[in-house]
Amino acid sequence: MKLLTHNMLTSHVKGVTKGYPLLIKATEVKFNEVEFNPEFISRMIPKLEWSALIHAAQELGHRQDLPDDLLPDYDKNEEFLKKVHKALLEVEVMEGCLKCPESGREFPISRGIPNMLLNEDEV
Amino acid sequence: MKLKELESCLQQVDTFETPKVFLEQYPTSPHIAACMLYTIHSTFDDIEGKLVADLGCGCGVLSIGAAVLEAGFCVGFDIDHDALEIFRRNAEEFEISNLDLVQCDLCSLEMEAYSSKFDTVIMNPPFGTKHNQELRYDLPASYKFHKKKSVDIQVDFLRFSKS
Repeated sequence: MKLLTHNMLTSHVKGVTKGYPLLIKATEVKFNEVEFNPEFISRMIPKLEWSALIHAAQELGHRQDLPDDLLPDYDKNEEFLKKVHKALLEVEVMEGCLKCPESGREFPISRGIPNMLLNEDEV
Repeated sequence: MKLKELESCLQQVDTFETPKVFLEQYPTSPHIAACMLYTIHSTFDDIEGKLVADLGCGCGVLSIGAAVLEAGFCVGFDIDHDALEIFRRNAEEFEISNLDLVQCDLCSLEMEAYSSKFDTVIMNPPFGTKHNQELRYDLPASYKFHKKKSVDIQVDFLRFSKS
């Protein structure tokens, strides 16, 4: 699971009103090179929950000096876009779990695939 | 990339080892997948550099095809762990790194949260019997109770867009 995907995932456990952002408890993190596409990254940035990305990257030790607040004119700043690219697409959680911030329910991540399935009594 | 090249490329994608009938797991043939993706790409420009969701991705033929056509990033969603394992192996063999897999039940997911994020959503073509823009769907005998060796089913290719 990459941080771009993490940025979109929410816990839907029954009764939970604020299942976002999910906390990451990683036991294995991988760094995979992915081709850099500056236009794609610029287009993704306004769709992101920026603070959730910063927090997640920080937790995994891959914050790349990214600032708390989004830079103005980020689309013209290639160095900045490269850092966002690394955090979003190159850091990958292989093993661990995602924890619902409200209910504490843990969703396992195995071989890079988060399992968001709920039990019958949680739907 | 030409349509033929895409199709022959997708022939390398492994599919279900033991399809689960209750999940309606039938493989999308490389031909159908290639035709569908090629149209989405060349007619509508909805793949290259886009954030693509593949709902009910199964073993990933559509996502892998989208990645081959240079999607920005692809996320495959499926309920079945076994299918996702095959998908993961396929992605490894194709050396595709700009995709992610999520195991979830699409029926219990609140999709509104995602609708503003993804540029394009692709889905495994469901069984169809109507015939506006039909593709012939060549269904291999993947389920045990199919009597004939192969059943030809007509498939609609539908595109929805936000106005």
